[in-house]
Amino acid sequence: MQETTPIATPDTVKPPLTQVGALGWMRANLFNGRLNSLLTLLTLLLLWKVVPPLVDWALVGSVWFAPPGACRDAGGACWSIITQNIRFILFGFFPYDSQWRPLIAMLILFALLFFSRNRRHWKRYLGYAWLAGLIAMAALMRGGVLGLVPVESSKWGGLPLTLLIAVFALTAAYPLGVVLALGRQSKMPAIKLLSVVYIEMIRGVPLISLLFMGSIIFPLFLPEGVTIDKILRALVAMTLFTAAYIAEVVRGGLQAIPRGQYEGANSLGLGYYLTMRLVILPQALKIVIPPTVSILISAFKDTSLVVIIALFDLLKTSQTVLSNPEWMGFSREMYVFIAILYFLGCFSMASYSRRLERELSAGR
Amino acid sequence: MDNTLPEKVPFWLDPKIRAILYQIATLAMVGALAWYLVSNTLANLEKQSIATGFGFLKKESSFEIGESLIPYSAANSYGRALIVGALNTLKVASVGIVFTIILGGIIGVARLSSNWLVSRLAAIYIEVMQDIPILLQLFFWYALFYENLPPPRTALSPVPGVFLCNRGMIFAVPRQDPAHFYMALAALAAVAGIFILHRWAKRRKARTGRSFPVFKASIGMVLGLPAAAWLACGAPLAMDVPHLVGFNFQGGTTFSPEFMALLLGLVLYTAAFVAEVVRAGIQAVGTGQREAAIAIGLKPSQVLHLVILPQALRVIIPPLTSQMLNLTKNSSLAVAIGYPDFVSVANTTINQTGQSIEGVALIMVVYLFFSLSTSAFMNWYNKKVALVER
Repeated sequence: MQETTPIATPDTVKPPLTQVGALGWMRANLFNGRLNSLLTLLTLLLLWKVVPPLVDWALVGSVWFAPPGACRDAGGACWSIITQNIRFILFGFFPYDSQWRPLIAMLILFALLFFSRNRRHWKRYLGYAWLAGLIAMAALMRGGVLGLVPVESSKWGGLPLTLLIAVFALTAAYPLGVVLALGRQSKMPAIKLLSVVYIEMIRGVPLISLLFMGSIIFPLFLPEGVTIDKILRALVAMTLFTAAYIAEVVRGGLQAIPRGQYEGANSLGLGYYLTMRLVILPQALKIVIPPTVSILISAFKDTSLVVIIALFDLLKTSQTVLSNPEWMGFSREMYVFIAILYFLGCFSMASYSRRLERELSAGR
Repeated sequence: MDNTLPEKVPFWLDPKIRAILYQIATLAMVGALAWYLVSNTLANLEKQSIATGFGFLKKESSFEIGESLIPYSAANSYGRALIVGALNTLKVASVGIVFTIILGGIIGVARLSSNWLVSRLAAIYIEVMQDIPILLQLFFWYALFYENLPPPRTALSPVPGVFLCNRGMIFAVPRQDPAHFYMALAALAAVAGIFILHRWAKRRKARTGRSFPVFKASIGMVLGLPAAAWLACGAPLAMDVPHLVGFNFQGGTTFSPEFMALLLGLVLYTAAFVAEVVRAGIQAVGTGQREAAIAIGLKPSQVLHLVILPQALRVIIPPLTSQMLNLTKNSSLAVAIGYPDFVSVANTTINQTGQSIEGVALIMVVYLFFSLSTSAFMNWYNKKVALVER
């Protein structure tokens, strides 16, 4: 056997350096063509102008745990406005010693949400888990049982209030929205008319007018002597508002169900109620899960509007801190922090919705 | 004999009669609820001795409004104050819509760019802006204006003639001149001319098949006619440049910090949604359409104008309109940063007169009017551009 030395055959010749690897990628994605090269350079220039000063402000020159006085001397961001006031921002006027209670309530909520992420858990026991969780959260917030000190709802505030309004308004709005969607699809003219008028009217006005209605007019609607909690009134307004939007989403799902499904259910002898419950709604509601999540996202963002009717949600507690003379003038830092909280919430919901959309469309 | 006759159905099992009964029951329930609420309200109003009705609109308002498009003072009536508010809403909404469409269009196209960096940046912008509540953004911009911008004495001047300070944005405008009137007339004439030209070109194309460069001609007319009018009037160049007098600027036009914050917030927020709409619309036109258009020998500009845009616009326009409506509805958040829009003026009116029901009803009616007239226009437009299927 003669020893052979490997010879460079044509197929072992490497492709030119500019076609592969980082260089090739840059050529294909950043510098393909004159216009794109120009755009890339302009964008890089813009980033060079914006990013370093921003990093300088937010990280290099920033102060994290100093009292307000030291903050004024620093050149960069004053993040101590958040670290020093974090408990007030998150929990508002909830009694200081009991603030572990809303914290645990929020943790329960997050755990439930995390658990519900997986579609394998969408069984009956999940419903019971949510029911138990909601009762536990209510008990933790209100107190008065198991030796917990009662806390009035006027002292609730901050992040728990924001989450509470979002979760309860959406839970209450969902069934109402489904009923309205069915009403709009109904063949009975009176019911159809009522649903259409309601949906179009609510969708035509800004949420703030409904919140005004809840806070100013609603007390006039009630018989004398009956008063309703301020948070509950905001909840009612949010629910009525969100229901109209859910109704439109569900209507889209109902319209996507082919006629054959209705006819098949009819030929089995199912009445209207059973047709809807067993055949149509399970399919329609499954189709509209992704758009429903986007309604959830906007409802979560819209909770910030309760600040206008002076409820102490996350935005209001942060403004209260800002109105303190010691901390005046650090609005940027505060609002950036709140924005990050909202962004994290909305972004996780949005990416979950995208994942779900992929899974559901793959299953069909 | 029995089994040949149809069985007598008791009337409560007859679907038709049942439907009627259901409807009567629903209407009765809604009616009872309405009656209950109205009677409670009337009783409560009587107890608080609040007069109902819209008579208060004629009373003297006795509050000032920071900015107004029409002459207004505290001696004017509530009705006029509300009109001022409505005009302010229209002002911020119309300026906002123009900027939103421009910015949203640019970002939507950038999102689809083959340039990785540009497309990533656009995606980040869209995601971040969509996920932060608009109210928070408004607060942020407002705080930036009155907290972080210098006082007028040391105002920033990014472009000559434009000043940014904590009193808002002040910029130079051309000095009042009769030429402006003729330029406006010329612009109107240009719009009318374009309309006629468009119809003529369409008919000529249907008859002879020859196309006319309508788009270029339109641009030429819109820019050319007012410019010609300006030259004919002797080309007046005098500008009203703002200058410091004491602690504030004089001359020029001022946009208040409230207006700027509201405009900035609304535009940046809504543009993210518009960008998504534009992206979806362009992606909805199949690549086969573009390839086919190139294959039959159309020039790139014709591909865009005759094939891509007409199809993309059909997809884009309806959601775009609803975004414009959203912008208008979101402009009601002006009340939180003190820009005197309709809701804000109505809110002040409610607080002063106690006419809460009438006030909130007015807010709802005004916004319903915007929404319903827009959707009526949309239905008409959709019918006009709907695909005629085989």
